[in-house]
Amino acid sequence: MISVAIDNKSIGITPVLGCVAFQVGAGETLAVVGPSGVGKTTLLRVLAGLDADFVGQVKVPERRAMVFQEPALLPWRSALQNLTLTTGIDESTAREALGEVGLSDFADRFPGQLSLGQQRRLSLARAFSAAPDMLLMDEPFVSLDVSLVSEMLDLTERLLASRAIATVFVTHAMAEAERLATRIVRLIGNPATLEDVIS
Amino acid sequence: MQPEADLPGNLPVAAISILALIFSWWGLAILNGDPTVLPSPWQVFPLAVSELLSGELLRHLAVTLRRVALAFVIAMAMGVAIGLLMGRSSGTDRWLDPWLIVFLNLPALVVIVLCYLWIGLNEVAAVAAVAINKIPTVVVTIREGTRALDRQLNDVAAIFRMSGWARFWHIILPQLGPYIASAGRSGISLIWKIVLVVEFLGRSDGIGFKIHLYFQLFDVGMVLAYALSFVVVMLAIEGLLVRPWEARATRWRRA
Repeated sequence: MISVAIDNKSIGITPVLGCVAFQVGAGETLAVVGPSGVGKTTLLRVLAGLDADFVGQVKVPERRAMVFQEPALLPWRSALQNLTLTTGIDESTAREALGEVGLSDFADRFPGQLSLGQQRRLSLARAFSAAPDMLLMDEPFVSLDVSLVSEMLDLTERLLASRAIATVFVTHAMAEAERLATRIVRLIGNPATLEDVIS
Repeated sequence: MQPEADLPGNLPVAAISILALIFSWWGLAILNGDPTVLPSPWQVFPLAVSELLSGELLRHLAVTLRRVALAFVIAMAMGVAIGLLMGRSSGTDRWLDPWLIVFLNLPALVVIVLCYLWIGLNEVAAVAAVAINKIPTVVVTIREGTRALDRQLNDVAAIFRMSGWARFWHIILPQLGPYIASAGRSGISLIWKIVLVVEFLGRSDGIGFKIHLYFQLFDVGMVLAYALSFVVVMLAIEGLLVRPWEARATRWRRA
């Protein structure tokens, strides 16, 4: 369960987030939409524990994973090692995880030898291999073409359906939000606050 | 840093280039006409072989190599540690930067003389003098590398709770690899030059000592025989150790 009650969050002297409060239960997916630069990534960094400089309270599970805007893989390690070294899982579990995202035949390839779509699938596999109780996704399908986005949405939906993970999914594409989320909120204003979106 | 240089196709070019250097030297020796001032390669080569067969060259070579290796390991280890610290912490960088500038601008000869005066004419002083000369340049290179580390990969390590050792080994070190290779390569060439000065000034063995000896006898042939033998050894180390390691560490870039 994710429980967020941020009073305010500034970067330097610039206020970014105002009053932001929500809860996400296990198996639920909250989509956060909003214009670029409004503070969506800042919110995710606070949830991820990467930024502790805020006023308020955030309670998140210990086991967490994140899918970044860029695949953020280790280019000097193979696809398999990107899973084992980062998440600590053993090789056979990592091979299963690669199989789950359709990368069984690419275990020994370096990320640079994979297409962008394959790199994103590897990034997704890494996040799910960590067996997280909380998954944060920061516009993970950006800069993919339409058919690839649809393929990635199918895959993510399938991976989420078989697990009870509390997910926060940041996107600026409403269609993606509607596809994956159980609830959609919009981050808007300066400093940004949340409003519910009725889709 | 230069993967093309490892390609076999470059070997003939390198061989022709070295041959051109030897023939230029030969041409200059002929023009000069005085073998006591500039002996030809064909006069120096037998001297080196004779010293090699007598065992004298190998003995002094081994001593110098040991000093080079010791100073190299100390300079790289301390330089990488301090460079990482200064690159990661702006506070430490602010405090240590003036020191770094002082040590960067301290002439090698001053450090060597002071080490001999303060520590004594011994092995510790010799190795310390060389390492102290090299550490600042390693620090500068590694600090730049540390500043250029990918922040997003640090975030990945934090979120997935990678251990400190795993972060260093799998995330930081591969990114610093080219910087360490660059510092190491320039380090070896600088260190062996300083080691010769150290031996020249205050040791009774090593290539620098032999060069000092033959300098006093004005025997240019033997000075060249010893100096060039060591150059050959350093080139072999570069070709057989440094480049293969570098090629292996950066193979993912070419994959």
